[in-house]
Amino acid sequence: MTVRGIRAALAGLAALTLGLAGCGGGEPSGQAGGGRVTVFAAASLTETFTRLGRDFEAAHPGTTVAFNFAGSSALATQITQGAPADVFAAASPATMRTVTDAGEASDTPVTLARNQLVIAVPEGNPGRVSGLADLTRPAVKVALCAEQVPCGAATVKALDAAGIRLTPATLEQDVRGALAKVRLGEVDAALVYRTDARAAASDVDAVEFPESAGAVNDYPIVVLKRAGDPADARAFVDYVRSDAGRAVLAAAGFQPPQA
Amino acid sequence: MTAAPLLDAHLVADRGAFHLDVRLRIGAGEVVALLGPNGAGKSTALRVLAGLHPLTAGHLTLDGVELDRPDRRRWTPPERRPVGVVFQDYLLFPHLSALDNVAFGPRRHGADRRTARDRAQRWLDRVGLAELARRRPRQLSGGQAQRVALARALAVDPTLLLLDEPLAALDAGTRLDTRAELQRHLGEHAGATLLVTHDPLDALVLADRLIIVEHGRVVQEGDGAAVTARPRTDYVARLVGLNLHRGRADGHTVRVGELTLTAADRVVGDAFVAFAPAAVALHPSRPDGSPRNVWPATVVGVQRHGDNLRVQLDGPITVAADVTPGAAAHLRLTPGQRVWAAVKAAETHAYPA
Amino acid sequence: MPARDVAAPRPARPRRRVPLALLVPAGLGLLFLVLPLAGLLARAPWSTLPQRLTEPGVLTALRLSLQTATLATLLCVGLGVPLAWLLSRVEFPGRRLVRALVTVPLVLPPVVGGVALLLVFGRRGLLGSWLDATFGVTLPFTTAGVVLAEAFVAMPFLVIAVEGALRGADPRYEEAAATLGAGRWTTFTHVTLPLVAPGIAAGAVLCWARALGEFGATITFAGNYPGRTQTMPLAVYLALETDPPAAIVLSLILLTVSVAILAGLRDRWVSAP
Repeated sequence: MTVRGIRAALAGLAALTLGLAGCGGGEPSGQAGGGRVTVFAAASLTETFTRLGRDFEAAHPGTTVAFNFAGSSALATQITQGAPADVFAAASPATMRTVTDAGEASDTPVTLARNQLVIAVPEGNPGRVSGLADLTRPAVKVALCAEQVPCGAATVKALDAAGIRLTPATLEQDVRGALAKVRLGEVDAALVYRTDARAAASDVDAVEFPESAGAVNDYPIVVLKRAGDPADARAFVDYVRSDAGRAVLAAAGFQPPQA
Repeated sequence: MTAAPLLDAHLVADRGAFHLDVRLRIGAGEVVALLGPNGAGKSTALRVLAGLHPLTAGHLTLDGVELDRPDRRRWTPPERRPVGVVFQDYLLFPHLSALDNVAFGPRRHGADRRTARDRAQRWLDRVGLAELARRRPRQLSGGQAQRVALARALAVDPTLLLLDEPLAALDAGTRLDTRAELQRHLGEHAGATLLVTHDPLDALVLADRLIIVEHGRVVQEGDGAAVTARPRTDYVARLVGLNLHRGRADGHTVRVGELTLTAADRVVGDAFVAFAPAAVALHPSRPDGSPRNVWPATVVGVQRHGDNLRVQLDGPITVAADVTPGAAAHLRLTPGQRVWAAVKAAETHAYPA
Repeated sequence: MPARDVAAPRPARPRRRVPLALLVPAGLGLLFLVLPLAGLLARAPWSTLPQRLTEPGVLTALRLSLQTATLATLLCVGLGVPLAWLLSRVEFPGRRLVRALVTVPLVLPPVVGGVALLLVFGRRGLLGSWLDATFGVTLPFTTAGVVLAEAFVAMPFLVIAVEGALRGADPRYEEAAATLGAGRWTTFTHVTLPLVAPGIAAGAVLCWARALGEFGATITFAGNYPGRTQTMPLAVYLALETDPPAAIVLSLILLTVSVAILAGLRDRWVSAP
């Protein structure tokens, strides 16, 4: 009846799929040694981590980095069900907590970056949105993240901080869904992470708003207890938090962790 | 045949490689059987008449109305023809009761529900199924289903009634009763009737006239007596159970290959010679006596045929002979055995080819 | 059928054994389908079930799911049965291509289907912009949009089932109807439809079930808003993020209701003559 148990029921197939797809020989990739690091990372880290992985491999010849990008909570479920992962990077501390609570982390998670909400509007800003208050206009259709996912939790915080109530057209399952609605012009605005808006800069303009400072999201990262090659895993985490890593993250729109 | 037949058709149609070319004239109240082996084109002819298959040439005129005429781009869809069809396996609508099956046609012809049902009930009465009106087709026996199908086809008062092997799906016992029943109803039908069958008995019992088709063409036409007495193709000869040969006649003699047969009839020129298998007598040695047709033959097969045995013979002509089991035992008939065959001239019939 | 049932009595035969080569994979197949269900049942939070069931959001999502799946099925029947008829009864150039196109929603990832729907019916879509400009109608983020997304994904199930039934139905019944004076439309309504009714029913069931479980196209095209476009699968997905036991409860409700409805309808159809 526990969360863990339920995750067991739900994540079995995902883990199986990963096991089959990851390594044809049936050898768990986490135990491969010989410098192989398997990283489970939040979907919003796809572009930056792919880049960091390549850079890391270049700096550590002989070591390879494999990624599994998905929604943080799906990844957390897979990890607690025994999926072969060495490193976990989540989009919210709450999700990370389910992994640490399950005793899967080898030490205390550290924050690798922070992300902040912006208002994404279709290119040219047809709804002439300049701040949160504009989103309450009836003619402005808004997509928000559902409260259950990290960007939605941040949204609620930001709206509460601004004292604004609004009825969105839709509560999206993740930040990419909200962004897609903006890209297709189906909504006039969406609250998304700055990194997502930047990645979609060709179709989407970002409007910064002051209240977002009250809803900054931390991205924690940790080496997992069952890592096959803890040294390499730790080296990757260190690389992400190095100056070189931070530069890549900053270029994508992430903010550095609070000192 | 009447002066102005109700149906006057020249059916030319193609179905894949098969070509049909048949002329049909049927008078009011007349029942014509279209008889032929499988694949002869009987069913195609029926489908063309019903409007389910297009004519490629020729014409189809029914009761003075030209329904089809390809060279004038005239074609009438099946639902607008005064034609009723009894299909081979009846095709009663499985989701409708017997009554509603029969009422289906009248309804489509504009009768309101009540009128159509009254009419259907009357037709079911006529075919003796009044009490089964509410049954579904699958609750009917084969014979009952056949009668419902007949009632359904007749309930639209068709000028032309088409029956496709109406008795083929029935077992022997049911068939006898149903045939007699059918004969009565066809006799009462004022329009023209075309019966398609491969069963000579059905054709002879039910039809006023027989049209025999083979390979898409009419090979013989006439009333039952004429066709059975004087078959003109091997198929018809087999149907009516006669030995048939074609030769050249000069008076009472007909030369068939190397054999000269003496016949009861006088013919000159190309002729058919026909005699029944029962008229053929077999002898172990050449029989003496009266002028008879006699020739040496070889037994190629022996089968049971009713109470007798049917013996297939090879020789100057191939014939079938029916002998009693006693005679067969006496002759010790086995394949390969040589015998003498004899047929009396009085039982040998010749007619112009 | 008295005439046909007169057959020689057959000697009593011992019950034939089912070949192991069939029994084993059949059993494994069943197990494969049923075990995940058993997993859900085993992990369901039974103790808190009553209180979870009465949460207002649950019933709202359930009602919306049942309504939209039913409307989508009606839409599919209304459009899909004539389409199936066309595919099975009318020869026209490109029929094979059309048949292949009908199955597109089956192979298209539903999310992509949702995007495709947005590109057509969206605010800036090919038809959507015209609908918006002419009638002021926008479909995305509306309940009608949910119906549309579900119908798009579920329609192939109906068309394929009905087309199969139509191909299996003896077209000579239609010919018989024609000789009795029925035109093509009357033949369709009075003969063809009743003949393939079981096929339509089976197709509608599949279609309804598929519509009920629809997720990807719905959330992409219609979005997710409680009471308006949040169907059960959407609610399940979001619950999974934060409250997995709730997700299981929602799944079980969806499962129970759909199995009950399908079993109930099935009995009715099977007993029908």
